[in-house]
Amino acid sequence: MSTEITVTVNGTAHPASVEPRLLLAHFLRDVLNLTGTHVGCDTSQCGACTVHLNGEAVKSCTVFAVQADGAEVTTIEGLADGDSYTNVQQGFWDEHGLQCGFCTPGMIMTSEALLKQNPDPSEDEIRAGIAGNYCRCTGYQNIVNAIGAAAKAGS
Amino acid sequence: MAVATFGESVKRTEDPRLITGRGKYVDDVRLSGMAHIAFVRSQYGHARIKSIDTSAAVDSPGVIAVFTGADLQEELGGLPVGWMLPDLKQPAHPPLAFETVRYLGDAVAVVVADTAYQANDAAALVNVDYEILPAIVNAEDATKDGAPLLHEEAPNNIGFDWEVGGGDYGEAIKDPDVIVVKERIVNQRLIPNSMETRGVVADYDAGKGNITLYTSTQIPHLVKLLFSLVTGWPEQKVRVIAPDVGGGFGSKLYLYAEEVVAGIVARHVQRPVKWIESRSEAYVSTAHGRDHICDVEIAGKQDGEIVGIKVDLYANLGAYISTFAPLIPTYLFGLMLGGVYKMPNIECKVHGVFTNTTPVDAYRGAGRPEAAYLVERMVSRFAQEIGRDPIVVRRKNMLQAHKNGREVTTGVMYDSGDYKGNLNKALEIFDYRQFRADQRAARREGKLLGVGIAAYIEICGMAPSAVASSLGAGAGLWESSNVRLHPTGKATIYIGTSPHGQGHETTMAQLVSSELGIPVEDIEVLHGDTDMGQFGTGTFGSRSIAVGGAALFNSLQKVKAKTHRLASHLLEADPKFVTFNNGTFAVEDIADKTLSIQEVAGQAYAAANLPPGMEPGLEEVSFFDPQNFAWPNGTHLCVVEVDQDTGKVEVQRYVAVDDFGNVLNPMIVDGMTHGGVAQGIGQALSEAAVYTDDGQLLSGSLMDYALPSADMFPMMELDRTVSPSPSNPIGVKGAGEAGTIAASPAVMNAVIDAIAHLGVKHMDMPATSEKVWRAMQDAKEARRAERAAARSQRS
Ligand code: FES
Ligand code: FES
Repeated sequence: MSTEITVTVNGTAHPASVEPRLLLAHFLRDVLNLTGTHVGCDTSQCGACTVHLNGEAVKSCTVFAVQADGAEVTTIEGLADGDSYTNVQQGFWDEHGLQCGFCTPGMIMTSEALLKQNPDPSEDEIRAGIAGNYCRCTGYQNIVNAIGAAAKAGS
Repeated sequence: MAVATFGESVKRTEDPRLITGRGKYVDDVRLSGMAHIAFVRSQYGHARIKSIDTSAAVDSPGVIAVFTGADLQEELGGLPVGWMLPDLKQPAHPPLAFETVRYLGDAVAVVVADTAYQANDAAALVNVDYEILPAIVNAEDATKDGAPLLHEEAPNNIGFDWEVGGGDYGEAIKDPDVIVVKERIVNQRLIPNSMETRGVVADYDAGKGNITLYTSTQIPHLVKLLFSLVTGWPEQKVRVIAPDVGGGFGSKLYLYAEEVVAGIVARHVQRPVKWIESRSEAYVSTAHGRDHICDVEIAGKQDGEIVGIKVDLYANLGAYISTFAPLIPTYLFGLMLGGVYKMPNIECKVHGVFTNTTPVDAYRGAGRPEAAYLVERMVSRFAQEIGRDPIVVRRKNMLQAHKNGREVTTGVMYDSGDYKGNLNKALEIFDYRQFRADQRAARREGKLLGVGIAAYIEICGMAPSAVASSLGAGAGLWESSNVRLHPTGKATIYIGTSPHGQGHETTMAQLVSSELGIPVEDIEVLHGDTDMGQFGTGTFGSRSIAVGGAALFNSLQKVKAKTHRLASHLLEADPKFVTFNNGTFAVEDIADKTLSIQEVAGQAYAAANLPPGMEPGLEEVSFFDPQNFAWPNGTHLCVVEVDQDTGKVEVQRYVAVDDFGNVLNPMIVDGMTHGGVAQGIGQALSEAAVYTDDGQLLSGSLMDYALPSADMFPMMELDRTVSPSPSNPIGVKGAGEAGTIAASPAVMNAVIDAIAHLGVKHMDMPATSEKVWRAMQDAKEARRAERAAARSQRS
C-alpha cells in the first residue's frame, strides 16, 4: 500500500509514492538521497535527524513522510548557498564545533531554529536549547561557542 | 590557507563537507542492487537454541534469504582474540550462535531483503525455540561455586587470572605506623554510544572473488587481516574501507560478528548487502566498557606518606573474549596503579570473568580510567582518613619532574613529566585557599560545595611492537605513512591511522605543510582504505600523532633529503650550502639561486637531470615503531554543588592542566579534552549500564541510558604544561583519552568533598541525585545513632 505525497525539500517539489510508515528521515535519505540528515537512534532522543518542517525544527525520525505532504522541508543540504555558509555553519567551522561530524547536521539545524527564536541567547539558553541533541565528541563546549559566535555575527 | 606551522590552530579541512551534509558515512554508501540485512538476536541472557523456524520469514515480502548460525557455521569461523595472556581461556566465539546464546543480543540468524524495512519485518518473524538457562551477570558472583557456567572450558567462569606488582606490600604494612584504608569500589559498566552506530556494506565481486567491506571502524587494516584469518578469504582479495566514521571511543576497534556475516552473506546472495545497527541494537551488540568490582586498600603514614596500594579486581569480560579484552583490565590497568606517585609497593590481582552480558572491551581510556579512578579516589580517601588536605598528601608523594625516562614500581618507564608543575599550574588558575573559605561560608548558609582533584598519568601512544608482543599482542603496533609529491608539487599522503573525529586530514596535512612548506590546500590526506596504501594499525589508545604523526614525520624527512640532494644538484651547489626554508631551496649568500619544492618535484619526475644513482619520482614510505609508550599526565580540579534537599550534583567549575608534550594543533587538542572530560563527567554523574540478574539490559536504549547533554557542563578551563616526549621525533604524547581518565575521579572527589563533613567516605558512580541523597541520609542517620549511643553511655 502506497500513498502519493508531494514534499517541497530545499525549494524543490518532490512528488513520491511512499509507504505510510516511511519516516521522513528515511524519505529524505533513501528516496531523495539527501544523506546529510543522519539517523542516530530509534527512540527520538539524539536529534541527529533534525530538519526544518515549515520553518520549525523537528526530529525527522518522529514524523512520517505522509505527514509532510504539502509541507516545506529544509535540510542541512539546503542551508548554504554554494560556498557561502550561514552564520551557524561558519560558527561551527570557526569555533571547532564538530569532531566526527555525525551529530553536526542536526545540531546545526537546531541551532538555526534556536537563533531564529532567540537571536541573542545566553550561554544557559544555548545549552538548554540544544539539550535535545546529543554530541558524544565535543563535550558541547565548542558547539556553545559556535552558536554564540553565530549569534554575534547575526547581530 | 597558507603554509601551516607546528603548533598552529589550523581550522579543519574536514569541516566544509561535514557542515553542509556532504560527509560520507557507511549508511550513505549506496550500491546498485544493494540488499539489506537484519539480525535476529537473543532475547535472553542465557539459553539453548532448540530449533529455529525461518519459514514465515522466508515468505515475507522482499526477502531474499534467511540464514541461521547452523547454516553458515563452516564459513563464518570464530571471532579472534587479539591479545594473549598466560592460561587465557578462549572459548569459541561463533559470529552467529548455533547451539547456545550467552548474552542478550547474541545473534542467531540473519535475514536478507530488498529493503531495510522488509529485512526488519522478516527478522521479527523468525521463530526461535529456546530452552532458557540460568544466567549470571555479576563478575564476582560468577566465580562462586554453583554459579551458572558459560563455557565448559572455563571453570568458575574464570577467563584468566593475572597479577602485577612491585616492592612488597605485605611487608610494608607490617610497620606499626602504617594505616591501611580499605574500600570496595565498583567502576560501573558503560555503553560507548558513538553517535553513529556501527554499520557495514559488503560488496562481493563474483568475477574476481573479491570482497569490499565499507565499515564504521577505527582499524580498517586490522579488520581486513582478521576477516581474512577468520574466514580464510585470501587477504589480497579483501578490501576494507572506513569512510567518514561518526565516533568510536574504542567501541569500533574490533572485528565484529556483523562484519564477518555481511561479507559471507554478500557472497551467498551475490548482491551488495548493507547492515546499519539501530541504536537499541547497539546497546547490546557493540562492546561495552569498564565493569570492575574491586577490593582496594591504600596504606600510608600519619604524615601523609603513602607506602602502597593493593588491588583485587573482578573484571567482567562479558560472554566472550572480544578482540582486545584481555589487554584492558590487565596491562592498561595494573601498570598504572602507581599513578604520579612514588607508590613503592604495589600488589594487584585481576580475575577476568565470563558473564551473560555483552562483551566488554576498550572504552575511552580503557583500563587507565579505572586505574586512575582507584588511585585518585583512594589517595583522597586516605587524606580524609588521616585528616590531611588531599593536595598536601598528593604533593608529598608525587614523583619528581623528569625529562627522559623514569622507571616506576610496576616496571614501566614514564617518558617525561612535571607532575608538581601540573598541580601548581592548576592551583594558579584555581584559588584553592579562597575556595575552602567560600566552602565553609556556603555550608553555613546550607549550600554544599566540594572540590575534587585528580592527578593522573596514562600509558598511550601504542606502542613499541616488541614490548607489546612480549605482553601478548597479536599484531605489531607501529604506524605507517606514505608521502607522494606529484609532478606539480602538490601532495597526496596515505596514513595508516583511521580518524573518526580526530581531524587527521587537517593535522597530518599541517605536519606536511610545516615540514615541506607546501600550502595545506595542496595536500590531500587519504586514510581508511586498505587498497589505497600500505598497512596501518589504526586509531586508538591516543596513538595517532604520537606514532602515526611520527611515521609521517619520518617520511617527510626522506622527502626532504631527496629533494635537498636533487635541488643542490640542479642549483649546482654543494649541498652543505643549500638551505631549505618555507618550501624554497636556496644557496647561501647567492640571492637569485633558488628553487621551490614544487619545481624540484617536477624535476624529480622529468628525470632529465638527476644526480648519479638517484631514482626518478618522489614518494616515500615510513613505518615507525617507538621505543617507549607516551605518557600524558596532568591535574584536573572540579567544583560541584550538591543540593542538600535533592542530592542533585551540579558541576560548577572544571579546570584541566594537561601535559600532552608538544601540541601540533591546540584547537583540536582542546576539543578532544573537552569531549574526554565530558565523557568522564558522564560516567561520574549519569551513565550506567544496568542488567537484571537474568541478563536483561534495563538501560537498553537512549531513553534509559543517561547520556550527558549540553546543560550538564560548565565552560571548562584548560591549560597545559609541556614536557616533550622522548618517545618520538616530534615530542608529542596523546590527547584522546586524558580527559576521560582524569574527570571521573575529579568529579567524584568533589562530590564526596561536598558531603564529607556529614561523614560520607565513599560512594560509587554514578552520583545520581538518589544515590547522593541516600548517602547523606545514611551518614546523618549513622551520626545520630553514634550520638545516641554516646549519650546512653554517659547516662
Ligand atoms: S534519529 Fe531522530 S532523534 Fe535520533
Ligand atoms: S561531533 Fe561527533 S557526535 Fe558530535
